[in-house]
Amino acid sequence: MTFLSPLLMVGMIALVAFLSKSSMEKSNRVAYVNNSDIFSEADFEDSKTMHYENLTEAGLEQAKKIVQNSNHDGLIYIPKNDSIDQLASSIQFFSNESPGVVLISEMENNIENKLENEKMKQLGIDLQKLKGSNVNVDINLSNFSGEKSSKLINGIKIGIGMGSGYIVMMFIIVYGAMVMRSVIEEKTSRIIEVIVSSVKPFQLMLGKVIGTAGAGLLQFFIWTVILFIIMMVSSYMFGVDMVGTQTSQIPADQMEAIANNNTQFALTELFKLPLLSIFIWFILFFLGGYLLYSSIYAAIGAAVDNETDTQQFMMPVIMPLMIGVYVGFATVINDPHGTVATIFSMIPFTSPIVMLMRIPFGVPLWQILLSLFLLIITFLGVIWLAAKIYRVGILMYGKKVSYKELYKWLKY
Amino acid sequence: MSNILVTEDVIKNFGDFRALDNISIEVPKQSVFGLLGPNGAGKTTLIRIINQITLPDSGKVFFDGNLLKPDDVHHIGYLPEERGLYKRMKVGEQVVYLAQLKGMSKAEAKKQLKYWFDKFEIGAWWNKKVEELSKGMAQKVQFIVTVLHRPKLLIFDEPFSGFDPINANLIKDEILQLRDEGSTVIFSTHRMESVEEMCEHIALIDKSNKILDGKLTDIKKEFKTNTFEVGLVTDNKDVLLKDLNEKFNVKTADFKSLEDDLKLNIKLSNGETSTDLIKYLNSKAIINHYVEVIPSVNEIFIKSVNKNS
Repeated sequence: MTFLSPLLMVGMIALVAFLSKSSMEKSNRVAYVNNSDIFSEADFEDSKTMHYENLTEAGLEQAKKIVQNSNHDGLIYIPKNDSIDQLASSIQFFSNESPGVVLISEMENNIENKLENEKMKQLGIDLQKLKGSNVNVDINLSNFSGEKSSKLINGIKIGIGMGSGYIVMMFIIVYGAMVMRSVIEEKTSRIIEVIVSSVKPFQLMLGKVIGTAGAGLLQFFIWTVILFIIMMVSSYMFGVDMVGTQTSQIPADQMEAIANNNTQFALTELFKLPLLSIFIWFILFFLGGYLLYSSIYAAIGAAVDNETDTQQFMMPVIMPLMIGVYVGFATVINDPHGTVATIFSMIPFTSPIVMLMRIPFGVPLWQILLSLFLLIITFLGVIWLAAKIYRVGILMYGKKVSYKELYKWLKY
Repeated sequence: MSNILVTEDVIKNFGDFRALDNISIEVPKQSVFGLLGPNGAGKTTLIRIINQITLPDSGKVFFDGNLLKPDDVHHIGYLPEERGLYKRMKVGEQVVYLAQLKGMSKAEAKKQLKYWFDKFEIGAWWNKKVEELSKGMAQKVQFIVTVLHRPKLLIFDEPFSGFDPINANLIKDEILQLRDEGSTVIFSTHRMESVEEMCEHIALIDKSNKILDGKLTDIKKEFKTNTFEVGLVTDNKDVLLKDLNEKFNVKTADFKSLEDDLKLNIKLSNGETSTDLIKYLNSKAIINHYVEVIPSVNEIFIKSVNKNS
């Protein structure tokens, strides 16, 4: 899996890109019956994704039959009506299958434009003047030291922040569970008693947590390298624009900005960010979060006899991680320095995720240090408790463990 | 300095439950020491304290004359009752790893392992995964793990469970040989016949308390009831039985004999000696069988535990 997973991931991305590309290129065949005087044939111009066919001559009933028995995507019927407002709500679309959202909105846009223009004509508004009054505002962003930045950088910041927060969550869940499974394995195979007669339980637990972190980091590194290589190779060979498909999650106005600028510009923008410090904070928060959670995972593994019993303890572990990610997605994008985002970037159980999401937007150093300090303090407290549970739990068999029981173990 | 291990007033509580209550034992060097007791008496807790897996709440443990210290685990080999190895790891690799945890160098561990593999004729297992081995085979590997680092003190918890009689015998001989080569063995088991056979000293723990300990021969002397098992050949059994009943405390006995003899257990009262009994019996019948009844460990165990409850 170490080497296969990145291949699979790239394969999936390529597949999605390929599929969405080919479905975009497919054009729709739509017939129309136009009984209105307002519309003319010129209003039904073919576009890249639309091909119109005039069946007005056949009349509505006949046109319905034709469309039903051919491979048209549907039939638009525009009744005769002199009032624009009434006409706007009486247009119908017939089809065998319910039409896609994109198709409908394209047709609606087309008709809406036409009717709006007509209405403006009726109201005596000069279209030329109206067009001429359009102003396009583009606020230039810069910080107080005068460095200019563009809106593109906001997209990049969001990308980096969300990306690192998400990676931290995934890593904690995947490798935390690995720590837990390995503890359970040692317990069920009963090797544990042999091992703890040679090393201290705390050493064993710490070794497991650190060792798994090492294995995880290595795998993560291998993945990144392989993914990078494959992306380079495949984008040269197949011309699949993988970067393009990924940016589609970014809000539309920024997508336009990205589309308007070339890659080189994006890169120069990217390098304006304090990448090194972002990277260092990432590593620190990542390690802090991982160590905090995996010591909890180790304690859970020690407390149970098999993996199915872990369910009751998993909820309280997964919850804060989820909350971290959702709070991050919901608040950090809109208001990276708001109260909610700030609070959650201080709470040790969510800070590794939320703080990493905030950092690209520039967080005061004291906040980062305070958050890190709280994280380390909490980690020390948690691993102290976890070690106590671990020490008792690994030698305890056949007991259905409750929270009350765990509390008792803390006092052994 | 004749004791390899001494515990002094060791107390261990789990919450409100006292698992060990003032346990003091002395394990002489180069002996086989039986640690006996019913299930749940506290044997495993005591063994875990000796192995420094758990710490006592109070009391002291001395190893080889000094207070037990972390490095002493290198000189202790422990075979727990619940056996286990890493299932997906190769046998050779795993044993060498576990020996390294006990402070051996890799090269030394490999050398020793070769010796044991040759001895048990299991060289072909080296590259097998543990999950491919049968239970008995895995037990053998686990035994090697326990003894590989030539520990001064060996602790076996039910060492023969899971072995067929042939392999059990093989393991028994190995244990005795290790003792002859200088190791001390602590032996926790419910199989009284192996205690009878191998142990020179025992300690009996029941309900967290030590209720008996000492040299096995001394304990047996203490528990003997001055009873003799006799087989008497006579023409008239009824008359003889009636006669003996009047003079001694007599019960019927059961043992194998070639003659159709009167089989009895005769208990002497204080002051009477074996010589007196033989003289008397000799005058009444032909003595075909005469042996002192020595209490078995099994009897001592049951008697002591019942008395304690």
